[in-house]
Amino acid sequence: MTSCDAIVIGAGHNGLTAATLLAEAGRKVLALEASDFVGGGARTAEFAPGYRSSGLAHIVNRLDPDVARLLRLPAEVASGELLPTVVLSEGREPAVLRGAYGSAGIEGVTEAEARAFQSLKAKLLFQASILKRFLKRRPPEIGKMSGTDIKDFGLAGMSLISRGKEEARDFLRMVLMNVADVAEEYLADERLKALLAFDATLGVHLGPRSPTSLLGLYYRLTGEAGGLAGGQFIPKGGMGALGAAFADSAKRAGVTIRTNASVRRLLTANGKIAGIELLNGETIAGDLVVAAIHPKSVFLDLADPADIDTVFKKQIRNVRSEGNVAKLDLALSALPRFTGVSERDHRGRIVIARSARHVDEAFNPAKYGEFSPDPVMEITLPSLADPSLAPAGGAVLSALIQYAPYRLKMGWETGKPLFEQAVMAVLERHAPGIGALVVGKDLQTPRDIEARYNMPGGHWHHGELQVDQLLVNRPTDLASGYSTPIGGLYLASAGAHPGGGLSGLPGLLAARHILSGDRR
Amino acid sequence: MTMNASVLKALQTHIDQPIAETPFEPRFDALSRYPDWYVWAGYKAAHSLGDVEAEYTALRNAAGVFDVTPMNKYRITGADAERFLNYLTVRDVRKLAVDRVHYTCWCNDFGHVIDDGTLFRLGADDFRLCCQDKQYDWLTDAAFGFEVAIEEETHHVAGLALQGPTSCRILKNMGFIGVEQLKPFQIARYSLGEGTVTVSRTGFTGDLGYELWVENGLALPLWDQLFEAGALHGIRAVGYQALNQCRIEAAFIVPNADFMTASHVLRPDRARLPDEIGLDWLVDPDKPNFNGKRAILSAQAKGTAKHVLVGLEIEGNVPAEGAIIYHRQKREAGIVTAGIWSPTAKRNIALASLDRPFGTTVTEDLWAEIYALCEGRYHKLMKRVKIVPRPFLKLDRRTTTPPADF
Amino acid sequence: MRLKTYDAIIVGGGHNGLVTACYLQKAGLDVLVVEKNDWVGGAAVSRSLTPGFLYSNCSYVCSLFRPEIMRDLELPKHGLQVLPYEGGAVLTRDGDYLANYREHYPHQREIARFSKKDAEAYDRYARDVTRQCRFIQPLLMRTAPDPFSFKPRDIQELLFLARKFGEMSAHDLAQTIRFWTMSISDFLDEYFETDVLKAFLAISGIIGTALGPKSPGTAYVLLHHYMGEVDGSVGAWGFARGGMGAISKALAASFQASGGTIRTGADVQQVLTRQGRACGVVLANGEEIRGKMVVSNADVKRTFLKLVAPSDLPDRFLNRVRNFKMRGSSGKVNIALDSLPDFPALPANSPCTKGDLHFTDSIERMERAYDDWKAERWSADPMIDLMIPTRIDPTMAPPGKHFMSCFTQYCPPKVEGRDWTDQDRDAFAESVISQIAAYSPGFRDRIIHMEVRTPRELEAEVGLTEGNIFQGELTFDQILFNRPVPGYAQYRSPIEGLYICGSSTHPGGGVMGAPGRNAAAEILRDLKLSPKEMSAAHDVL
Repeated sequence: MTSCDAIVIGAGHNGLTAATLLAEAGRKVLALEASDFVGGGARTAEFAPGYRSSGLAHIVNRLDPDVARLLRLPAEVASGELLPTVVLSEGREPAVLRGAYGSAGIEGVTEAEARAFQSLKAKLLFQASILKRFLKRRPPEIGKMSGTDIKDFGLAGMSLISRGKEEARDFLRMVLMNVADVAEEYLADERLKALLAFDATLGVHLGPRSPTSLLGLYYRLTGEAGGLAGGQFIPKGGMGALGAAFADSAKRAGVTIRTNASVRRLLTANGKIAGIELLNGETIAGDLVVAAIHPKSVFLDLADPADIDTVFKKQIRNVRSEGNVAKLDLALSALPRFTGVSERDHRGRIVIARSARHVDEAFNPAKYGEFSPDPVMEITLPSLADPSLAPAGGAVLSALIQYAPYRLKMGWETGKPLFEQAVMAVLERHAPGIGALVVGKDLQTPRDIEARYNMPGGHWHHGELQVDQLLVNRPTDLASGYSTPIGGLYLASAGAHPGGGLSGLPGLLAARHILSGDRR
Repeated sequence: MTMNASVLKALQTHIDQPIAETPFEPRFDALSRYPDWYVWAGYKAAHSLGDVEAEYTALRNAAGVFDVTPMNKYRITGADAERFLNYLTVRDVRKLAVDRVHYTCWCNDFGHVIDDGTLFRLGADDFRLCCQDKQYDWLTDAAFGFEVAIEEETHHVAGLALQGPTSCRILKNMGFIGVEQLKPFQIARYSLGEGTVTVSRTGFTGDLGYELWVENGLALPLWDQLFEAGALHGIRAVGYQALNQCRIEAAFIVPNADFMTASHVLRPDRARLPDEIGLDWLVDPDKPNFNGKRAILSAQAKGTAKHVLVGLEIEGNVPAEGAIIYHRQKREAGIVTAGIWSPTAKRNIALASLDRPFGTTVTEDLWAEIYALCEGRYHKLMKRVKIVPRPFLKLDRRTTTPPADF
Repeated sequence: MRLKTYDAIIVGGGHNGLVTACYLQKAGLDVLVVEKNDWVGGAAVSRSLTPGFLYSNCSYVCSLFRPEIMRDLELPKHGLQVLPYEGGAVLTRDGDYLANYREHYPHQREIARFSKKDAEAYDRYARDVTRQCRFIQPLLMRTAPDPFSFKPRDIQELLFLARKFGEMSAHDLAQTIRFWTMSISDFLDEYFETDVLKAFLAISGIIGTALGPKSPGTAYVLLHHYMGEVDGSVGAWGFARGGMGAISKALAASFQASGGTIRTGADVQQVLTRQGRACGVVLANGEEIRGKMVVSNADVKRTFLKLVAPSDLPDRFLNRVRNFKMRGSSGKVNIALDSLPDFPALPANSPCTKGDLHFTDSIERMERAYDDWKAERWSADPMIDLMIPTRIDPTMAPPGKHFMSCFTQYCPPKVEGRDWTDQDRDAFAESVISQIAAYSPGFRDRIIHMEVRTPRELEAEVGLTEGNIFQGELTFDQILFNRPVPGYAQYRSPIEGLYICGSSTHPGGGVMGAPGRNAAAEILRDLKLSPKEMSAAHDVL
């Protein structure tokens, strides 16, 4: 039996972040990864002979600057050229948002509409900034507020009224609204409304008309790239380079990373963590275990059911975590052409959503375990920036498609080819001839994502990012501050506060909490 | 779970018969001189059969028979049964031998008591849990991750409590050879007709006594043979009122009377830790994790328990049930949850829930404010109370093995 | 002759307007209620549209009406009597049903027919929801604090709220946050495994809302329907003897008994202002009535977008009023029957028909009905809340005959972008009738007369903008200090002397009377009169 100061389960970007910070604080850290690759969702892999693409995430839009700084991530992966967002619309030229979410202008819409968008964006950014204060710290301890809690609530209150009462009132009105109504109140252009609706709901099981769906947009706008809120880029060398950079930081800090090291169970003694046992029977002792994997895996698969109490166990079972997004990679013999999109904008993020209603109608079937024949999606062509991803002359298309319910009534075995047809039909409409260019493809449904990334439900946030699963309730109120009922066991994945996306924040905040010696 | 509509329809008699009847109901009905029924867990049950004093006397002087069928009964079996129950309950189930019973309680994550009951170990991997409240929901939630099967037996296992000094004699008359060798909390099985009677030396009176368990079909034969065997030994059917007097003398607590169970409370401050209702002795801090362990131990370490259950002896002879307890006749210190004039101990006794430090460090100068309604007028009494050890009545015959042969 | 000047003119004789009127009149003011219809009551009416029958045309249950108001205004003396439901059921497509018995043990055994676990989980569910009701009940009869006013009273009210939260354990607080923000469907999933039980319980999360059971926030709406009480039994629903109009009749009688004046058939076209102060109203016939103040029972859009000149209002306020969401979502089919309809699936002599009957046996069907509404169609497979009040109240129909009220969701304010037509209305009614007929053989033959109300009829007759029965949707952005609009949640308006007292205000819709009472309290406060005839909200022990 070996031992170490800290065992990190899961070498995704959050696990690597926590591992690095613990190692830098002088702990002897072992990071265990079940699969044969590190970086989790941030990876680049071959999906067709000669074609490589990002595994799950295909754009960086919320990498936390503190994480990048603390991990000394190389600038070429931690930042990059800001990509425009191109919103397609049949029969019309696309709307193009330049810079960070249109900070460098919006093309293809009227001037008045562009102004309306900028003013709405400013309002949303202001509101998001108030919420952001709570994303970069441990969730407040309700019931026994600490000095920091009270201070942060006070500061949030002060910044809330810093722009006057009326802005503050708008915040309290809008914060739990649905994105479609907000877009309708401020905008006229269907494409811009569609974009907000799409971005607010990507990755969650809500439609744009579901109350609280605006929160997804706030979440998006709390992310930044190159210091600009709402910015997005693809790192040089692809997402895999970012994953590798996280791993490099960890190794530099002295973390031992073991891949193909699947944890079978958590070992405890007297209600406290005592180590882990691997699938191969090997045990590793340690009184500090950081689980940077899905909380459901931690408590329902790895923990002894006798080590956690019943209310808590039920809460974990009740965490809603069924994915809604499918990832499609296409290997293409030549670069596809999206109608109306300029050559340079093919490098951007291309969004297919005609209207908020289109997004909503794509959502409706998902409620019943069905998919829409007309799904919405965002597309990147990563080989444009990094030609090494495809053979000469070829191209790679990567798309995140919504909504693809984890629990498909007809079963994904039957459904997958049908879904693929629906997606290809949409692509064909916007990029005529694309079907003929396809030489290879890889469609990952939430079921596939679940299997490939050990993510129960195939949900990249490790749990729905909805109001009732945020802050003190993430993943549940009995384990919301990274500590868990099992002493010495901490959570550090997207399933913990503040949630998913390639930010590194759960890993950072968990490590800080552990290092603070606060054992609450 | 889907069932076809015709099966579902066959189960629809409940609106016509809102109250269920135990298999013993015809016998109780026949013996009831002045019908006095109440509803116990959905079953028709007797408050008394007409003469509470005689029924009490039978329990303490000869033998009383009380129908415990409405108790909720859960059969827990499977490879993980012991481990599961050890996790569920506060006591160490590993120490419970086969064919033994122990009294226990279980708590939620916050250490608040959900219910108390008796756990029967019928085999290495075979247990029966008897309790007051419905627990199927909690048991199945708790069992997630364990290899156990949980089956409710409430409606097909009937039970009788046979309590009192002649109870052993009566069972011997039934032909239950060796029953006198049963130690308290021990189980034995005897055949009766085509079936089996499971006998446990358990009860709720603090006296010599047994509980007899049979499949429903055997219930009436059991009753008839029991009453035949007991005819010369003072056997008598009793209702809850007589039993209640005995259990207060024995200082046994009743959920949702002496304390509110965590599953019933609406007001968060009403739930109770084991330490607050006198059940701290059940809690085994040395066994592996059990539900609520962290909370219970943390409350003990921090001293955050707010209440304490005490036994009181009260001046005079007016029962004090529901009385408010005051310190120095002024400051409210708690409430009497059960109180009677004890016919056997000849003392005015009561169980009370006090707000700490009353009952722990402050034990003097306590008073009970009793309102006695007599002929249209309240007599308001302020009576001195004394905290006394429980039980109020300690009978050697409860534990003596073999029991004296009457 | 000099024009009489009333102390207060109430625009609209709905139940809230009448409640406000009663309290003001009792406080010594000279109050006039003007109502456009020939009867009072707004959406709480009983009308006789066919001989011998009384219809509860709009609202149909009276569990939410605050008992404090009934007592203060002596409504029983003026004829109000509330009769509790005795049962209810969902009829399922497979020929079975799930009954909702009032008796605990039969009800538990009824649920156990489907799932033993659910039967027990139901108690846990009832306890958890009751806890939430107990939390919210004291907030109903209080004016919502303005979080940004910093006036002592608002701070005091905020502290009251903070204290309510402070009384909870951290765990309960976390659960409360979840409860307020979850969908009723997700909430029920945490307790139950039986579809039909979930469908039955989910109804209370969506009635009157423009939301489906899978919309976050609908668990909270559940409270809105559960916090009613009939004589202290929280969550119980009841009928008013003589139909819902009995409430309005009693209110009107109480008002008139204390000296108030009601004018019916008087349609207010405009609220008069002088120097930024409300000073009276103008009727459709041009008549002017003077008043020292005007209190509008009309919804916030009708009040500020139709009755008041835009120039009298700040742009930001107007904008917020325009953005107030009040999309109608329900319709109603009222039916006179010549005999009691037969539901062969239900056990004979069961109390099920003495309460609400439903035919929607899964959340999915309910949500799909909502999808139709989002697409601006009435639901092809609607969710019907069916009552036969005459099963309990014999006064509403001739002996042996029955009145049936079918509240139906969903029904959009416009049909695919255009106005409702009579053909649409008939087709909507047919969707309701055919659903009932599928469970009740011979149902069509029993129909003597039928009144069909879509949002169009509700708007035209009752004046509810877009036919929204709550005078505004019940979503987070439109409750408490945001109702009706941020900054004006205390029954006052930007125009001095113009108040609002309808369901557009806190705590919202349902025949509750709380908005009317709270508005009266604020008005009396402004007049520096002590509301001595207004008893304090009942304690929640």
